[in-house]
Amino acid sequence: MSVAVSRRAAIPRPLIFGGVILAASLILAIFPALFAPYDPNAFDYAALLQAPSGTHLMGTDNFGRDVLSRVIHAYTIDMQIAIFATVFPFLIGTVIGALVGYIGGFAETLFGRVVDAVITFPFLVLVIAIVSILGPGLMNMYIAVGVVGWVFYARIIAAEVKVQKRLDYADAGRAMGYTHLRIIFRHLLPNAITPAVVYWMTDMALAILLGSSLGYLGLGAQPPAAEWGVQIADGKNFMATAWWISVFPGLAIVLTGLGFSLTGDGLAEVLRTKK
Amino acid sequence: MKTVLDVRNLTTRFAGPSGALVAVNDVSFSLGEREILGLVGESGSGKSVTLRSLIRLLPSMAGQSGEVIWQGRDILNMSPKDLKAVRGGQISMIFQEPTTALNPVLPIGLQIDENLRAHTKLTHRERLIRARELMDLVGIPEAARRLSEYPHQFSGGMKQRAMIAIALASNPRLLLADEPTTALDVTIQDQILKLILDLRDELAMSVIFVTHDLGVVAATCDRMAVMYAGRIVETGTVADVFAQPMHAYTRGLLGSVPRVGTERSPLMSIEGTPPSLSAIPQGCAFHPRCDFATEICRATQPDTKMLAAEHQVACHNSLAVVKTGSPVR
Amino acid sequence: MNDIVISASGLRKSFPLSRGLIERISRQPALAVHALNDVSFALYRGETLGIVGESGCGKSTLARCLVRLHELDHGEIHFEGRDIAALAGSARRAFNRRVQMIFQDPYSSLNPRMTVRAILTEALSVHAMRAAAEIPARIAELLDLVRLPQDAADRYPHAFSGGQRQRIGIARALAVEPEVLVADELVSALDLSVQAQVVNLLLDLQQRLDLTVVFVAHDLRLVRHISHRVAVMYLGKIVEIGPSESLFTASQHPYTRALLAAAPELDPSKRSRKIAAKGELPSPIHPPTGCLFNTRCPYAFERCFTERPQLSDRSANHQAACHLTHFDEKDSVK
Repeated sequence: MSVAVSRRAAIPRPLIFGGVILAASLILAIFPALFAPYDPNAFDYAALLQAPSGTHLMGTDNFGRDVLSRVIHAYTIDMQIAIFATVFPFLIGTVIGALVGYIGGFAETLFGRVVDAVITFPFLVLVIAIVSILGPGLMNMYIAVGVVGWVFYARIIAAEVKVQKRLDYADAGRAMGYTHLRIIFRHLLPNAITPAVVYWMTDMALAILLGSSLGYLGLGAQPPAAEWGVQIADGKNFMATAWWISVFPGLAIVLTGLGFSLTGDGLAEVLRTKK
Repeated sequence: MKTVLDVRNLTTRFAGPSGALVAVNDVSFSLGEREILGLVGESGSGKSVTLRSLIRLLPSMAGQSGEVIWQGRDILNMSPKDLKAVRGGQISMIFQEPTTALNPVLPIGLQIDENLRAHTKLTHRERLIRARELMDLVGIPEAARRLSEYPHQFSGGMKQRAMIAIALASNPRLLLADEPTTALDVTIQDQILKLILDLRDELAMSVIFVTHDLGVVAATCDRMAVMYAGRIVETGTVADVFAQPMHAYTRGLLGSVPRVGTERSPLMSIEGTPPSLSAIPQGCAFHPRCDFATEICRATQPDTKMLAAEHQVACHNSLAVVKTGSPVR
Repeated sequence: MNDIVISASGLRKSFPLSRGLIERISRQPALAVHALNDVSFALYRGETLGIVGESGCGKSTLARCLVRLHELDHGEIHFEGRDIAALAGSARRAFNRRVQMIFQDPYSSLNPRMTVRAILTEALSVHAMRAAAEIPARIAELLDLVRLPQDAADRYPHAFSGGQRQRIGIARALAVEPEVLVADELVSALDLSVQAQVVNLLLDLQQRLDLTVVFVAHDLRLVRHISHRVAVMYLGKIVEIGPSESLFTASQHPYTRALLAAAPELDPSKRSRKIAAKGELPSPIHPPTGCLFNTRCPYAFERCFTERPQLSDRSANHQAACHLTHFDEKDSVK
């Protein structure tokens, strides 16, 4: 009962929605000035804590800054965080994971201990500890996340490579006299990478949350930079009287996170190996 | 010979994403008392689905039509309660993969007992004795000890024996066997085939034996039905069909098996591959692969004709096939 | 046919089972599956050597050792006189090119993410068989050779049936112009009508390309059809080896006889209700002492339980590992 027909044409719906959200987010991140009605850092003491209205669609904060403009400008930093906090863990983890999964034996045992050591600490606590040592700031945050984050990718890739390695096509490569590196990176990895790519998408959503959390705690992006976490922190004292300062950046986090998750689901469907 | 099972125009469809797939197409055959019928075909021929359709052992999305008359009653129209008594009771089934067909977390004894409880009125003590008898019957040594063992402690051949013991617990009149020896080694297959023959004699059962192996058919079955693309294309006694196949497909299959005396010469092969259910050719489904195909084969589906006593065939050019002789000697 | 291509002597290979913590602490001996128990044979240029046996007899392990997918525990395999375990670098690559393997499972033996063209191009370019410009023409040639349509090149493995995938596997092996093909259960996953096509293809290719073939299978009829010589394996040992004709008509080992009797005859008039071999295969973790077949052999006597028989000459090129040298005619298979 093969259903070979109509297989290629359909792009999964989650991928379409997710892709649209992410494309819009990227455009906002690259050209925030084109869309933001005001300067995000301009104080306006004549318009403090104004509720959303025709002139300020998302209201203003306690310095009279336009919340909408700040939310838009924050895309630049937060999308940067999403990408830079995950791309290095993804790359490093993929390479190490592929090697560990292929070599097995002692390398696998050693790697297992590293995984144990990392996952026994809560991720956030570990990152906060590293940032406290290195000092606050985005660059140090990337380093902190990179030091810990690759382990998760490596674990996924190693498990998958181990499964693929047992299939005959891997042996066929060895019997053909191909080098180990060719077998790992040309043959096994393309068949093993899908779960890691899907995880990467979710991880980008998590990275934005992490970046915002660190921003909120004062360890990530530094005020007065427009960043969603910083914005939510700014608004925390006014929650009862001026909810819009915190809620709109919060919604932006949710929407972007949704974009990444949907894209991940869609990619999982597209990249699934056809048997 | 008394007929125990009469199948008429049995059709089974599955709802697919691009329309219904007809897995079993207008299949009719009958089965005599103590008879072993071989249902032969390649993958996708519909032989296993036919077997399962007989006792409605199909996923819920399947649609069935036709009649399966068992002891005067149509199984396809039975109430769920009556069906329960027939399925696993009067009609038992054994499967290709004993490893997955047996429950891994229950001891073998308990799995036999379960079936005894469902289909007999024996007391606990009697069931225990009966379970031991069944283990002896199927040739599992040290029955008393092995009843408390789990499937993983049994070898492949012993698992298949245990599955047969479970199937026999209800004193079935008909045993449905779905490739029961395909996963086994040849010396173990030999033992199981002979066990099934002995059991047929001792218990006076009928057997429907689904297989792709013509050697198994030649060694065990009385009659055979050859399936292709969901239809039965040829039926007859095993001796008749092997002596003179009348369908081009049957002839090709027999010719595909290597024979003594023709070593290292090309085998009579059938070009192409069996069609998938979603793309069954028009007319005779076999015509794209057939050496005898003519214009009419591309246009119309051949009817089943009785060409000799008990020998039926659905082929437009069966006379031409007969004229070229049997590929076996 | 006196030119020996591959000679194997005293091959042993076992796969250790993983031990639990308790077993390690209590220092129980490590258990292992003994896949090869002292296997020796020679492969002659141009012949087809069939290797036949039931599951667990070590035939697949042997096939994999021949192309060095496994390293041996003991023994040596010589290819054109050189120990293959000692080959390294370009010598090893050359060996891998000249001795090719074709795998059993048409579904897992091809990389699902590579088109047929990519698979063949890789083989051709890694071994520098052709200049880049000549590769497309060579791919067309290879597809012709295994009788696949030309438009097959740009499709992925999932678009093909099992039989077609085996042809792709054969094309990949042939791309590097090998001298020896090791085929492990080449057709056992295929439908009967498709099996015949692939067998015919193999016979034809062998003749056209002067290939030496090691044909590993469990199907006796098929092995008899294809092979010049046949080796019968049981529990990791060759129990009988000889020319196909004499091995099948005058088998000299009780196990070969049982195997032949157990294979169902294709002639419905030759039915028998006699069981060919009683009992089951012993565990390859604890093989019997003495003759490996002694647990199931109808002829077993005292010596069979103490001393393991070695291969000895029975007739021209025909050897068997059995303490008995004559069998009663009335017990014979046919």
